[in-house]
Amino acid sequence: MTSDQLGRRAFLQGGAAALSGAALAVGGRVAWDAATASPATPPAPSDAVGQSVIPFYGERQAGVGTPPPAFVSLVALDLVPGADRGALVRLMRIWTDDIARLTQARPGLADTEPELALAPASLTVTVGYGPGLFTAANLERERPDWLTPLPPFSIDRLEDAWSGGDLLLQIGADDEMTIAHAVRLLVKEARTFTTVRWVQRGFRHSPGTTKPGTTMRNLMGQVDGTRNLVPGEHDGLIWHDDGPAWLTGGTSMVVRRIAMDLDTWDALDRSGREIAMGRRLSDGSPLTGTREHDEPDLEVVNEIGFPVIDTVAHIRRARSGNPDERFLRRPYNYDDPPAPGHLSNSGLLFVTFQRDITTQFLPIQRRLDQLDLLNKWTTPIGSAVFAVPGGCQEGEFLGQPLLQT
Amino acid sequence: MNSTPRTTGRTSRLLVAGTLGFALAFALTACAGDPSPAATTAAVAAGQQAAALTITDPWVKAADSGMMAAFGTLTNDGDTDVRIVSASAPVASSVELHEMATNDAGQMVMRPKEGGFDIPAGGTHQLAPGGDHLMLMNVTTAVKPGDLVTVTLTAEDGSTVDFTAPARSFSGGNEAYAGSSATPTPTPAAS
Repeated sequence: MTSDQLGRRAFLQGGAAALSGAALAVGGRVAWDAATASPATPPAPSDAVGQSVIPFYGERQAGVGTPPPAFVSLVALDLVPGADRGALVRLMRIWTDDIARLTQARPGLADTEPELALAPASLTVTVGYGPGLFTAANLERERPDWLTPLPPFSIDRLEDAWSGGDLLLQIGADDEMTIAHAVRLLVKEARTFTTVRWVQRGFRHSPGTTKPGTTMRNLMGQVDGTRNLVPGEHDGLIWHDDGPAWLTGGTSMVVRRIAMDLDTWDALDRSGREIAMGRRLSDGSPLTGTREHDEPDLEVVNEIGFPVIDTVAHIRRARSGNPDERFLRRPYNYDDPPAPGHLSNSGLLFVTFQRDITTQFLPIQRRLDQLDLLNKWTTPIGSAVFAVPGGCQEGEFLGQPLLQT
Repeated sequence: MNSTPRTTGRTSRLLVAGTLGFALAFALTACAGDPSPAATTAAVAAGQQAAALTITDPWVKAADSGMMAAFGTLTNDGDTDVRIVSASAPVASSVELHEMATNDAGQMVMRPKEGGFDIPAGGTHQLAPGGDHLMLMNVTTAVKPGDLVTVTLTAEDGSTVDFTAPARSFSGGNEAYAGSSATPTPTPAAS
């Protein structure tokens, strides 16, 4: 390695270590600007995306407030019969150690493919606890009230194949090789404790294809996630900063698998699609505004007296008068092989983080269940909830304040 | 991994980082409910040799009974060579120092390494699946994945050093044993 390469690498890694949370978005912006700036600016190294590192240790787990990478694998696991609190302590020791290594570009401890760990590509692994974990650990008294399966909704067509789970691994990175390796390592190290319940894989644009910070699009072509909570700005709605020690620096996670009927969506012209959403397809701007982040004006009527944003448009129904009824959306697209006779099997992994599912997520979900034009083309087919314990420092393991009470 | 200057640079960085991971492993040594980290310092007995040794990324292959292999990278920070001649562990009736070799039939087998493990001054000696390793014989206490196992190494001069290694589920390291008739390492059946 030349000293020049070393310097750039050290800069990238030092930068990643110095920054944390949402501030990392700045790193992504720097990398983008460096790659697209005038020749006077030194170009980013050609493997900058692969060598990017997100810190592991901290008050909060990574993968919630950190910028969403291009790819995700959500792995839900069930504890085997007999797995108790002692087993969970051992499992969390193993996972914590391996996650700390993998996210920092080091092979797992007993890694049989160590070369696959050398391009972390902003790898984050977020561990979530499902309701059943608290039963298995005989810690029912510690289970938050909101940690229970969501109530049934009339629009739901839930399948067991995508619902529930005692444990969740949210494994995100800007490279699929990195994710496949991390999933394999963490799942096989857990094989005496757990069985895999379901795996859901999702994607957004690959690194370098859109500017960092661009709101993602879903496979219906919509800009998806404009009016989102901003980590660092709305932390009170995302994180627990008091309460039980294990949940301090933690949050809750909802995973909904939303199937899209792209065949019937195809029958709708652009104006119909924009009415259903209440936003323009071109740039995500509200039909009452001109730019993506303009505040929608729900009162404006057109020349014949009808609301410009339809009374059952998605963005009207998804809004609440209560500013606390919001949550952080971190969705990904899925596009799996279709069943025989079908053209596609596509949709959204709707992933949200919020301090409290009952007071933040459920009121909005109830409104959308009652009335939302988009329900005509979208169907929830999976649902799972998890508590995301706080992060840990070196020498600790994830969930330690819960499991060693 | 050490074939080019570039990877050498990475390796040295990994070693530093690995030492931090080692500290983590030790901090995790404590049993559930006992927050005090175990000591990492060498327990010096007769001589001083073992005091120069550290081990990076130690781990054992979890086993309910039979044989259980232990791995890690031994580093000699001292000015003189160190030779490990024996080892012991509370969870096994004995510990052997193994190497891999080709037997008369041309097969790779593991067997006790005569003379033990040499760790040159300022150098390292890797214990890894398929290579030199410690073999805990006749495991008397089942070791589950995530458990922590203490192993004591004894140097030629009688000095000793302890290390604590976490257990992992591992499918490899199934080499035939050319020593006494011992059963192969069984895969742990339950959590």
